Amino acid sequence: MSEQTKTETAAPKPTSFHDTAEELIFERSRAGRVGYRFPALDVAETKLESLLPGTLLRDDIEGETEVSEVDVIRHFTRLSKLNMSIDSGLYPLGSCTMKHNPRINEAMARREGFAYSHPLQPEHQVQGSLELIWLLEQTMKEIFGLPRVTLQPVAGAHGELTGILMVRKALAKQGNPRKVILIPDSAHGTNPASAAFAGYTTKELKSNSHGTLDLDLLEREVTEDVAALMLTVPNTLGVFEGQITKIADILHRKGAFLYCDGANLNSFVGIARPGDMGVDVIHSNLHKTFSTPHGGGGPGAGPVGVAESLVPFLPAPTIERRDDGTFYQDFNRPDSIGRMRAWNGNFGVLVRALTYMRSMGGEGMRRMAEIAVLNANYIRARLKDAYHLPYDDPSLHEVVFDDKTQLANDVHTLDIAKRLMDFGFHPPTIYFPLIVPGALMIEPTESEPKEELDAFCDAMLAIAREAKESPELVKSAPHTTPVRRLDEARAARQPILKWTPSR
Amino acid sequence: MRYIPNAGIDVREMLETIGVDSVERLFDSLPKDVKLDRFLDVPGPWSEIEVRRALATMGFRNVRTDDKPSFLGGGVYLHHQPACVDQMLLRGEWLTAYTPYQPEVSQGTLQAIFEYQTHQCLLTGLDVANASLYDGSTAFVEGVLLAQRVAPKKNKVLIATSIHPMYRETLATYVQNLGLEIVEIGMGADGRVDLAAMKAACDEGTFGVAIQSPNFFGVLEDYDAVAAIADAVKARKIAVVAEASSLGIVSPPGRHGFDIAVGEGQAWGIPMSFGGPYVGFMVVRDDLKRHMPGRLVGETVDVDGRKAYVLTLATREQHIRRAKATSNICTNQALIALAANMYLSLLGRKGLREVASQCLQKAAYLKSRLAATGKVEFPLSGPIYNEFTVRTKRPARELLKALAGEGILGGVALDTWYPDRPNDYIAAVTEMNGAADMDRYAAAIAKAL
Repeated sequence: MSEQTKTETAAPKPTSFHDTAEELIFERSRAGRVGYRFPALDVAETKLESLLPGTLLRDDIEGETEVSEVDVIRHFTRLSKLNMSIDSGLYPLGSCTMKHNPRINEAMARREGFAYSHPLQPEHQVQGSLELIWLLEQTMKEIFGLPRVTLQPVAGAHGELTGILMVRKALAKQGNPRKVILIPDSAHGTNPASAAFAGYTTKELKSNSHGTLDLDLLEREVTEDVAALMLTVPNTLGVFEGQITKIADILHRKGAFLYCDGANLNSFVGIARPGDMGVDVIHSNLHKTFSTPHGGGGPGAGPVGVAESLVPFLPAPTIERRDDGTFYQDFNRPDSIGRMRAWNGNFGVLVRALTYMRSMGGEGMRRMAEIAVLNANYIRARLKDAYHLPYDDPSLHEVVFDDKTQLANDVHTLDIAKRLMDFGFHPPTIYFPLIVPGALMIEPTESEPKEELDAFCDAMLAIAREAKESPELVKSAPHTTPVRRLDEARAARQPILKWTPSR
Repeated sequence: MRYIPNAGIDVREMLETIGVDSVERLFDSLPKDVKLDRFLDVPGPWSEIEVRRALATMGFRNVRTDDKPSFLGGGVYLHHQPACVDQMLLRGEWLTAYTPYQPEVSQGTLQAIFEYQTHQCLLTGLDVANASLYDGSTAFVEGVLLAQRVAPKKNKVLIATSIHPMYRETLATYVQNLGLEIVEIGMGADGRVDLAAMKAACDEGTFGVAIQSPNFFGVLEDYDAVAAIADAVKARKIAVVAEASSLGIVSPPGRHGFDIAVGEGQAWGIPMSFGGPYVGFMVVRDDLKRHMPGRLVGETVDVDGRKAYVLTLATREQHIRRAKATSNICTNQALIALAANMYLSLLGRKGLREVASQCLQKAAYLKSRLAATGKVEFPLSGPIYNEFTVRTKRPARELLKALAGEGILGGVALDTWYPDRPNDYIAAVTEMNGAADMDRYAAAIAKAL
């Protein structure tokens, strides 16, 4: 039961704001409280028994909350304060492109015309929504340098699966879907998972000493069994595959496709276009490059651009414009892989992305890539004497260090990451890419002013000093966060995955 | 550039530290022959004033559903979202954080997911919920794949044709290369799944049986009867819930022995927004938890013994298991799950019942008003929640067009997916519809037919 009667209360102690552990909303519940009001039922009430068979009528939802609006606002405000976020400072999660989320995007997505647009309204009632999707496709086509883009996929991984399913269907149509997808060992985990769900086996390609693809190895591995190579550009070290046009040639000669994981598109948007490099299919994460908010883990959007050879296989429906300027959904696509999801993708995310693209324009998009790369290289320059660079090739929007130097004092990447929190920064991505043991993958994005980058670098340098002079301080960090290091093994060994009334 | 702080002197100082003389030099690693010598040919850069003007114009080209009587459903419903939900979502601490990989600085998001998981379990009567999936259609797919994963020697799944057509289309896309056999089971005159056909198709090779309740035609299925058929061959029972507010008054699948509940959480006050972003949910029996797709948050303690929350059982996931992961999902719908958590918390024990009760009662009222016109029939006799199938003497599309002319969005024609039903459409009712709207609807029907 959610009702709790506290007969004894411990004497309150002074707390700092970080000590404000917030109970669960279920534990705040008090019998009789309400957080809503509906209009009175204005129709004659029918007896429940005559509407629902007894076996289908549920009784009380035992354990559900009884709280007021005040309780809810206090609860979620207090909880929110336990999060770090971009709004509060640099959030350098590598490969996640944690850039500023402009609020005009939010305002546009909430306009009534969009927010109250039902996906099953007849076409003529939703011309604005269809136009928006069509316009976004035109813009993405120019960004990718490819002839068509589907906006149905709702996340990067969803886009990957969409892309690989198209590859498979195209090959099957030629008579042989083939068996293998090649994936470099530096790739995101979603790549092999997506390939597997498209019915392929995956083969890992070992990176060369520069962390990039070994072309001789690729030549050997691209057989008639290979459907595609999934290549992250620039790769997860932030290093651009300078030989990309040759890579595309090798694949194309054997009838295989080049899939580009566009997670890192922010580093070269407006500088160069995947389509011009020989890429056949690419997804982009709108929540990365095009500023739609990450929201604690979504929603996102993962549009996929394709070369002519894959256009017939795009998910249906596509959005088309008639000569008279009206828009429609084209379901008549006989070679389509089908539908990747109900409705038209994460439309609200698409509204935000188009808003951002218009705010930036071609000039702004180039500028964002330039400053993102400048910011990352500035961090690299300031930290390269204190942290070891496992690959010293020129990098673009992110830089990957490791903990080799600090290991001398038994200070690991995890410790460095946790200590950063004490300086007020969210840690970088750690232990990824897998080809760098103890990786610290730092992506600042173009959103950071120089003084924020300096504060971050100063903190990293301070930690490097601490690692030498007082390693225990680093190894026991964080010291100032709402909670300290967690017993993660216990969480997995005896999983408690929900609140239960009896506990 | 208002979103890019560094300019002028900052850039010069930074270049000096890096040791290059221009920003262009930082891109020397890109092959020269693929570099653009122009800006991308896209509109902008625009001011907020220009952006607002352009987007507003597009928005006005849509017919809004909230300022007129609307009875559109078919998997997306207009329910009221309390104002405080959206206000809270706009807090940067929620909006601009990411996946809580670092629990010490993400306890807000982690605890919120733990609460969301708890709501899902309470509502469905099942044991373990994940942090969210993309939407109802992909949650349905993941539910089917989960059922197969735990019965690797079986490959047949029975799918009711009364499951949302787009959910079934999505399943067909996902499994086209996975070798699963999908057997579609039709429905009887009551609008419920054809139990005899299901029983005949259900054999030792069947790993799962999937139904939707209320189904796409609005009819509530008989969970117990379906469970009995599946149990005879130890097939997993999968319930799809596309109208999640029904869980406030309809007995949940977990109470009837179902193993997997999947569905769409849009009905928990999420804006319809032309199809997304919504939130897919999955709740399963305890024995399936280590085979689930998606993120899970669990409770633990920190080094000082304080209660805390953390992502857990991650060895199922793509960043660890790669090609052998239970799903390729990474980014999900966390912010919408948060909105659902807030909505469910505000309404809670009594409010969820009340909103469901209003939907049920008002749908019954509309049905009786339409019946009273003598102009329409209800071809399916099974029990309903808030949506029902109407048969008219004219093609449904024509009738709905005539109603739209009267300013009423009367429902969704079924012939798109069921060509054998040209005169049928579905109408949905929620707490947003008042008696006056429904009386107007009945009058318009009387006039149009």
